Amino acid sequence: MKSGPDVLRVTARGEAPLLQPPDLEAFRAHNRAKDKRLVPKLTTGSQAIDKFVRNGQYLGFELYGSVRCPMTLTRDLIRSGKRGFSIAGQGVHEADLLLAAGLVERIDFTYIGMEVYGVSDIVRRACEPGGTVRDIVEWSNGALTWRFKAASMGVPFLPTYSMLGTDTFRHSAAVAVECPFTHKPVALLPALILDVGFIHVARADEFGNCQIDGVSGFAFEMARACKRLIVSAEEIVSTDRIRDQPDRTIIPYYLVDAVVHAPFGSWPGEMAGYYERDEEHYRAFIETSHSKEATDAYLREWVTGLSGHAELMEKVGTARLEKLRVKGGRR
Amino acid sequence: MSAPYSPSELLICLASRLMEDGATAFIGTGIPMLAASLAQRRHAPNLIPVFEFGGTGAQIDKLPLAVGDMRTFHRAIAASGICDIMETAQRGFIEYGFLGGAQIDAFGNLNTTHIGPRENFKVRLPGSGGGNDVGSLCWRTIAIMRHDKRRFVPRIDFLTTPGYLTGPGAREAAGLPSGTGPHRVVTNLCVMDYPEATRRMRVIALNPGVTIDEVRANTGFELDVADTLPANDGPGEDELRILREVVDPDGLYR
Repeated sequence: MKSGPDVLRVTARGEAPLLQPPDLEAFRAHNRAKDKRLVPKLTTGSQAIDKFVRNGQYLGFELYGSVRCPMTLTRDLIRSGKRGFSIAGQGVHEADLLLAAGLVERIDFTYIGMEVYGVSDIVRRACEPGGTVRDIVEWSNGALTWRFKAASMGVPFLPTYSMLGTDTFRHSAAVAVECPFTHKPVALLPALILDVGFIHVARADEFGNCQIDGVSGFAFEMARACKRLIVSAEEIVSTDRIRDQPDRTIIPYYLVDAVVHAPFGSWPGEMAGYYERDEEHYRAFIETSHSKEATDAYLREWVTGLSGHAELMEKVGTARLEKLRVKGGRR
Repeated sequence: MSAPYSPSELLICLASRLMEDGATAFIGTGIPMLAASLAQRRHAPNLIPVFEFGGTGAQIDKLPLAVGDMRTFHRAIAASGICDIMETAQRGFIEYGFLGGAQIDAFGNLNTTHIGPRENFKVRLPGSGGGNDVGSLCWRTIAIMRHDKRRFVPRIDFLTTPGYLTGPGAREAAGLPSGTGPHRVVTNLCVMDYPEATRRMRVIALNPGVTIDEVRANTGFELDVADTLPANDGPGEDELRILREVVDPDGLYR
């Protein structure tokens, strides 16, 4: 019989609030109650948001930078007028738009910036003292994804070496303990269960079976860490097509609550195998980000002043969109 | 005698020369991408670039604009996701990690979170992103920095990504994997390492035309200096040609 203390020794504790405490029992109950029948879920972004998103919820978006972000759904969310959200700040372009529109109050923050173009002035205005964001909790990119992974595993936390010894840890909500097996410190990352997640995929069927081309980012983990999941897809395909390549199905239908058909749904970002980033528009957007007035005007011109995705596509124009297409088309 | 070159071309060439054939290297946006592409076309055709969002072993054809874009898995060995990549680093498979930041201290700790005190910061920066994971989990990290007193500071405002923390043994005491940590700092003025006894930055080579006094004048803390200080070769003609004609023909990063 082994002897010794039977509690884990906490070696360090992050000082920031846990914005979304994980309730795994409630998550299990929610998942049990979810409809597992194959029912059609095709709808529009605004209808899906109307039905599943409420003020003040905790939301998450995939992927990153200007790559496969659910931009059509993001614009629909801004148009919905709902607000007061907490977000996992791990995407980039969509987070910029949500911050610009003033919809975000709390962020589990890992990276929001312009990558090669540097710091985002929208983030600066929203997050610096006096801005609209009240709570900022720091995490690494790995840590935030492993928080989704913990939720997808149905467990309350995952251990990692990331963040140990840093201010990133200190201003997170992680806890470091002495590992009961190695007797060395290890950081425990709390599971992160989203109220609503948004993911843009290459193709989906009407029931919500989804496939992604190229890197899958954190779609696998995040899709399994949501109470509600709204997906948009470049193409709506038959279930036969999905069944032809079931190994490619990264999100099975029962995780999905709504399916939105949105060709160029990541515009002005890129979509692997479909289209490249609209560099000209992206740069123009970055220009407007430098002042609040110009950003507000951008939002009026490209988001709130338009009725929806179809009108946006018309405004961008077919010729311009066709120029962005990857040569040879979809793989 | 080498041809005229820009400061960023020098940084790219110095970083590229540190990339070994057959090594795994965690590559972020900007200069590391150019350096990796140059290395693949010159001395390290089997360099395995690893990109945060899932690209492993890409043949870098066109320069990526984002760490998850199509170019990060062009003719790659695998296109997976961020968990796979970070877990691969955590298991000890990734040798080099390339990092940058707004501030760095003598122990190689990096700040990419904010400038000014936490309670009332002046500038919100993009945040850790994968930086902290790279600095925590890769075996050897290489920082690529512009060299001035605003960046090389005695005390960084926020410790985003771990270097040697407070000195020898501090990483291990915090629980970070043993044997990991900063390996080199490459700047427009010099190259530095971190000797085991102190884990403080030490100048080991100067860039062409740069004096040690100039390095000191542009550093906000006391620098150690190696006994002998060789001069780095500036970019060679073949390096510049490949860089300008093949790696970045559109001059995106010039």
